[in-house]
Amino acid sequence: MSNPHEATHWPRTVRLMWTMLGLWAFFSFFIHFFVTSLNKIVIFGFPLGFYMAAQGSLIAFVVMLFWFASAQDKIDRECGVAEDD
Amino acid sequence: MATQAQGGGTSDFTANLGKIYAFYTGGFLTFVVILAILEQAGVPNAVIGYLFVALTIGVYAFIGIMSRTMQVSEYYVAGRRVPALYNGMATGADWMSAASFIGMAGTLYLLGYDGLGFVLGWTGGYVLVAILVGPYLRKFGCYTVPDFFAFRFGGNVARFLAIIVLLSCSFTYVVAQIVGTGLIGARLLNMDFTVAVYVGLAGILVCSMLGGMRAVTWTQVAQYIVLIIAYLLPVVILSAQKFGLPLPQFTYGQVLQAITAREQEMVQQGLAVAGQIKPYIQPFTTYDPLNYFGLILCLMVGTASLPHVLMRYFTTPSVREARLSVAWSLLFIFMLYFTAPAYAAFAKLEVYQEVIGRAITDLPQWIYSYGKVGLINVCGAQATDAAAVVAACQKIAGHAGILRFGDFAIQADAIVISTPEIAGLPYVVSGLVAAGGLAAALSTADGLLLAIANALSHDVYYKMIDKNAPTARRLTIARVLLVGVAVLAAYTASFRPADIVAMVAWAFSLAAAGIFPALVMGIWWKRTSSVAALAGMTVGFGLCLYYLVGTRYYAGSFYETWSVLSSATDAQAARYAELKAAWLAAPDSAAAWKAYDTFAQGIANWFGVKNISAGLFSLPLGFFIIWSVSLMTPGPTAEMRAFIDEIRRPRGRAIFQEKTS
Repeated sequence: MSNPHEATHWPRTVRLMWTMLGLWAFFSFFIHFFVTSLNKIVIFGFPLGFYMAAQGSLIAFVVMLFWFASAQDKIDRECGVAEDD
Repeated sequence: MATQAQGGGTSDFTANLGKIYAFYTGGFLTFVVILAILEQAGVPNAVIGYLFVALTIGVYAFIGIMSRTMQVSEYYVAGRRVPALYNGMATGADWMSAASFIGMAGTLYLLGYDGLGFVLGWTGGYVLVAILVGPYLRKFGCYTVPDFFAFRFGGNVARFLAIIVLLSCSFTYVVAQIVGTGLIGARLLNMDFTVAVYVGLAGILVCSMLGGMRAVTWTQVAQYIVLIIAYLLPVVILSAQKFGLPLPQFTYGQVLQAITAREQEMVQQGLAVAGQIKPYIQPFTTYDPLNYFGLILCLMVGTASLPHVLMRYFTTPSVREARLSVAWSLLFIFMLYFTAPAYAAFAKLEVYQEVIGRAITDLPQWIYSYGKVGLINVCGAQATDAAAVVAACQKIAGHAGILRFGDFAIQADAIVISTPEIAGLPYVVSGLVAAGGLAAALSTADGLLLAIANALSHDVYYKMIDKNAPTARRLTIARVLLVGVAVLAAYTASFRPADIVAMVAWAFSLAAAGIFPALVMGIWWKRTSSVAALAGMTVGFGLCLYYLVGTRYYAGSFYETWSVLSSATDAQAARYAELKAAWLAAPDSAAAWKAYDTFAQGIANWFGVKNISAGLFSLPLGFFIIWSVSLMTPGPTAEMRAFIDEIRRPRGRAIFQEKTS
């Protein structure tokens, strides 16, 4: 192994994967279980439950993916398995 | 995000991409302005419409021809040097189909909150692509998705299974896109449907035939720019007119409030009966929660399994850029999907305030424009003109001459294409929308067609029939197959098969059931054995197909076989027996069969799961079979385990080295 941290690469990647999968499940399903209660909160005219399905979760997905790209790249670099720039 | 390109010519090209597409966007906007001036100068609408179509297809064809190639890696994976951002745009166009562009807002209009299941399902899947699949396939370095199956799961049996799944989900999908181009041509440009289908076919072929993936990539970027401008412009103008703020995605909150208020008002004014209106923001009026969340899951997992999407991530220069590219893809897709609910809300308010409650002699003009092409019915008859509407409503006993809620029926497809006219915009904007819809349909068709033709030319011909085929022959075969599949798809589309369009929804469940479990476990669980993967794919896909076909085409016998699992109540079971007896008494009566079959489709299910969410059974089953059979069979060799380690590390050369010359 060329880098002492290389062995930690896969466990860290797996941990990041489960974190992302957890967030994904939260924004895809969990939050929408409560749509009826959330709809009672209205912000700028949007009932919150409706807003989460129409925009909120989508924004979360986009932000998550940019964050994931940089987090995984950080892991790759620290473990010495990143590609050359 | 710096791109290190190899070779002088390429690095020039990559470095100049920003300039090229900025120039292209500017040119396109100038063209729109010129057409607007021509329209004011009195040039007829038909000419404007045709100019839009001719020029945009001309530009795509130009890019397609400029990108022609005789290199295998250029043809299959665009030479693997598409920067993350541009691959994101190309994926956006690849992904967003005629149905997304024309139909999505309409679905939301009709279903309200429940329609948002599609918005969520068609975006969240990219999270799965990024974390579970895409970057690993990029590192593996294959040309097609079946390549990975063949390598990981012991050869051509796995390849063949993957090809079966790929063909069954992609072919109906591509036919639906070509039907889409036909409908856009027919409705917006008054072309003959069949002519429009073959114009679409020509548009698809000039983009993809000469340059394969390379040409498709650069035309898809161009098509994304056209489609997103066309989608945003009308509703941005509408929002600016109504609220003085050109951000419809934010202003439609007020529209939602107005819709809810008007829903109650219509009941008070006697325009609608209480319970007749589905409140727009209320959840679970069309789907129950099980089907709503099941649909979201199937669409998401399906997205992460569709070969035409996955293969877009084979084209990036590195694994790092593949990940980043998924994020860009989702951002570009998000631009359209978070605008669609605004379209739906604006259209809904317009209809509720300006149409319902008006005298039938005094309806807005746009109703007749879209009534003529069969998208709007008033009082149960096609709203071709004022006289037809009045005549139809007078036939209804006790009609007071005021349009009531129940009198007005609009099809989903009308929402986006009628918005320019509702907002009172000049025809040039309608022409722009037509060009955008066409771009959406063509770009998706390009990607699908390439996925199908590559599976046939690369996987079936090169890998299974003639492993020693020289490059030139491989590329010739690839092109012949591409044209063959395209013509077959256009021919099928020319019959306007209604079922095909409905079957597109099936593609997601089929892809999810057939591909996803084996793909994910093959990468994430080293113990996954070949036999287990084959078993999981066969059973998962088979069960999904059985459920889809059984509940749709053999509803009666499906219900009788599985009546124990059906959600049917006692009353429904009795009604079923009654309808069946009626049909058996008159086996030649089409009406009796239809009544029986339609009713049976409503109760032919397991635990009430609709067939659009069929993956709900086959997906977990696929995972379970792969897991349990793997534990019972010998695991992969040490060599294969080492390869899997290789796939998981971004650094290092691709595993799968192709003979390129």
